[in-house]
Amino acid sequence: MNNLFNIDIVNPEQSFLSKDNVFEVVIPAVEGEIGILKDHIPIISFLKPGIIRVFSESEEQSFYVEDGIVEFKDNTLSVLTSSIFDLKDADKNFVSESISGAEAELSKDNIDDQKRFLLNHKVEVLKSISIN
Amino acid sequence: MPSLDDLRKRITSVKSTQKITKAMKMVAAAKLRKAQENAEKGRPYSEKMNNVILNLSKSITDKENAPKLLVGTGEEKVHLCIVLTADRGLCGGFNTNIIKKAKSYFEKIISENKTLKIITVGSKGYDQLKRQYKSYIVENISFKESKNINYFDADKVGKIIIEKFEKNEFDVCAIFYNKFKNVITQIPQEQQLVPLNEDKDDKDVSGNDNDYEFEPDEDEILSNLLPKNISTQIFKAMLENSASEQGSRMTAMDNATRNAGELVDRLTIEYNRSRQAAITKELIEIISGAESL
Repeated sequence: MNNLFNIDIVNPEQSFLSKDNVFEVVIPAVEGEIGILKDHIPIISFLKPGIIRVFSESEEQSFYVEDGIVEFKDNTLSVLTSSIFDLKDADKNFVSESISGAEAELSKDNIDDQKRFLLNHKVEVLKSISIN
Repeated sequence: MPSLDDLRKRITSVKSTQKITKAMKMVAAAKLRKAQENAEKGRPYSEKMNNVILNLSKSITDKENAPKLLVGTGEEKVHLCIVLTADRGLCGGFNTNIIKKAKSYFEKIISENKTLKIITVGSKGYDQLKRQYKSYIVENISFKESKNINYFDADKVGKIIIEKFEKNEFDVCAIFYNKFKNVITQIPQEQQLVPLNEDKDDKDVSGNDNDYEFEPDEDEILSNLLPKNISTQIFKAMLENSASEQGSRMTAMDNATRNAGELVDRLTIEYNRSRQAAITKELIEIISGAESL
């Protein structure tokens, strides 16, 4: 039984990843992680900072995303994001810069709770990346 | 009648100009290929973005409370125009065409007694508009330092627009840019950003897509998405514009090279004629001198 579906990850500059043989994708949606399998019902959601895991027959890939929109329809998962990188090519400097940038933002007084939550989360995820 | 020396000087100067225009053409051709590639690579993003927004806006039932970026403020008093031009000249009618299109729009707005605000992106547009519309220009942005078109720059422009919208500084927003059709043709475009134009809705949308699950609800997604869409549209316009600029420059420089070639030919003929005339004159002088002896 074929239980594979397509995934397209695009960022504004180019098409980042396009595969047609994935069987599960885990996305960090704003209200919690969602695992998507074939024939999931159509869904639109947006992302919080986190890690997208793409499981295909041959390999498992992980990407860090900061924000974006996901749409699943007709067994095609489209991820639109402006900031994404493969965990394998994670640039240590970039990660630590992002952490300190987010922490600096956190220390400001005038941010609302939602933003604070997102930033906290971002720091957490980025730290977990830099440890690995 | 210019002297032989003058002609020779002119020929060399035209020839060196030709060399420059030829080199510029080559550079533009190389850059064009890259710009075109970039424009193509950027297309899926904006298309998908459009699709998602279309699906979303259709599933919004409560039109009254829909985000203002989508449906507008209900008024049409203040128009904000974003004019995207190049930072450099020598690209034929590229900048002038955009300006022309924008100016006719400006005139319409002014004649209808509405308020006009202009943001120019790219220094050439500012240079051309500041004489006539100086008092309307609220902002002048230039990305001279960034080598490539990147999303970050587009996002900056997008943020400025959103900020102004939130402060109720305008009701309608339109951008002007050149759409790249092919190397020879670029079409000046006027595109409305706010409120979002829904004319093309009926294109390929059939009734089957109203069954999306939304997480969180539609309104929240939409209010998150619309600002991003503005940046995306601007980015798309910037990509199209840069491809158009290079295409336009290539054509213009190609023409210039050809014209310079024609000019050189004409000057060479004139040069040879006057050289021959001088020789003939000398001969006649010698012969008539010999005869008179």
